[in-house]
Amino acid sequence: MDNSVNLNSDIVSIQNVSFSHGSRKIFDDISLTIQRGKITAVMGPSGTGKTTLLKLIGGQLTPDKGSIEVDKENVHQLKRADLYTLRKRMGMLFQSGALLTDINVYDNIALPLREHTRLSESMIRTLVLMKLHAVGLRGARDLMPNELSGGMARRVALARAIALDPMMIMYDEPFTGQDPISLGTLVKLIKELNNALKLTSIIVSHDVKETASIADYIYVLSGGKIIGQGTPEQIKNSDSEWVQQFMKGDADGPVHFHYPAIDYQNDLFET
Amino acid sequence: MINFFQNLGKVTLSGFSKLGRSTFFLLQVLSGISSVIPRPRLLIAQLYSVGVLSFLIITISGLFVGMVLGLQGFYILSDFGAEEALGVMVASSLVRELGPVVAALLFAGRAGSALTAEIGLMKATEQLSGMEMMAIDPIKRIISPRFLSGFLAMPLLAALFSSIGVIGGHIAGVEMLGVDEGSYWSQMQANLDFQDDIVNGIIKSIVFGFVVSWIALFEGYDAIPTSEGVSRATTRTVVNSAFAILALDFILTALMFGDI
Repeated sequence: MDNSVNLNSDIVSIQNVSFSHGSRKIFDDISLTIQRGKITAVMGPSGTGKTTLLKLIGGQLTPDKGSIEVDKENVHQLKRADLYTLRKRMGMLFQSGALLTDINVYDNIALPLREHTRLSESMIRTLVLMKLHAVGLRGARDLMPNELSGGMARRVALARAIALDPMMIMYDEPFTGQDPISLGTLVKLIKELNNALKLTSIIVSHDVKETASIADYIYVLSGGKIIGQGTPEQIKNSDSEWVQQFMKGDADGPVHFHYPAIDYQNDLFET
Repeated sequence: MINFFQNLGKVTLSGFSKLGRSTFFLLQVLSGISSVIPRPRLLIAQLYSVGVLSFLIITISGLFVGMVLGLQGFYILSDFGAEEALGVMVASSLVRELGPVVAALLFAGRAGSALTAEIGLMKATEQLSGMEMMAIDPIKRIISPRFLSGFLAMPLLAALFSSIGVIGGHIAGVEMLGVDEGSYWSQMQANLDFQDDIVNGIIKSIVFGFVVSWIALFEGYDAIPTSEGVSRATTRTVVNSAFAILALDFILTALMFGDI
């Protein structure tokens, strides 16, 4: 599959999407586009629905309003079989890795190949070893998922996500809970894979420094709205106080340190 | 008062919506079975964990239930001088009732709870979601093989339970209490009917296997993906399976043996 065509076109286009979870409104009429071939980051504090956004793009959730197109196909109007065909071209890296715990690393990566292709076992072996080599874990092929460290599990999951040579990969909080070495490895891998395989990457994260270091374009979400967007440089120089507080990690600002409560003194002396 | 009716309405609605979800789930699982057949390896792995690993608990329980039946049966029958009928009493109670019912209860506790916990944790750790995003249908790949193996293993386990129980009755009645061995076996052969007793018992165990597998897998699939949610779902599997087994046993017995 040639992913290099139309490098400037949008691969994902989200138009006026609203989504509620129960009575809680998560997205309120948001629109954004993801450019082909680029690394786009969606940032925002925990609980702003960043993972929900990825699940909407992947068709696991349906928006209340608005449309989501991936590679010119409206995700939520596709038939089940067509949606599954589209998903073969999207990889997703879950926060937990989501490896199947009852089979080893090798079989986890071979799984999508065995399910979706008619390749011979020797061909599958070659492909699996190539993918594992790309993430530096060729020697870990016989380990079970519970024997892997968090960073290794994410790299195996990354190898699995690229097994079918997708056109884009969605990363759900790839940097959370990683030690500095794993963190550096993941940042490097995401950047290199995106360039080498001519992928499109969508990173959902609240790790400002790492994400800003590799993203080509950043959207900042809060309270169901997009409150800032631009290149990492533009975001750093944003005149929005909120964006500034988020990027610098200040304890107080437009987002208050204290959860809304009644006056402190009144609260203490209330009988 | 209004609260009471509100809650009643809420419980009824959620009950019906769960029934709807579970029926829809069952239809998906059944339609997924066709994709299990060309891949017997998936089924064999599950038959092992659902069936073979339940072997020990079924065998030991069957032995003790049979021995207790032998003892109790002997004390009652010997009052009437009818202890030769011990064999037929032990065998018919096992084949008709205790075999399918107790084996199904044990199966729900041993294999059903394990299935619910496994599926619930797979959901909690995003493994099911992950498969969907890899365009692999988790119903076909994960649920259907487990359902089919539960459905196939249950009648075999019930048959095993009954057979071991008959041996247990023999140990207690013949070897410990001195009932005549010849009459133990011959009365059993003469009075047990293949159609009425054995086939009906097998039908019961097939029904129980179907229902317990359905409940266990649905509870896991429908569990709230947190540790508390999975633990509640596991409890519900055991409780609901026990209710379903006992209630269905009454209905099936009434249809098969009673003239209702």
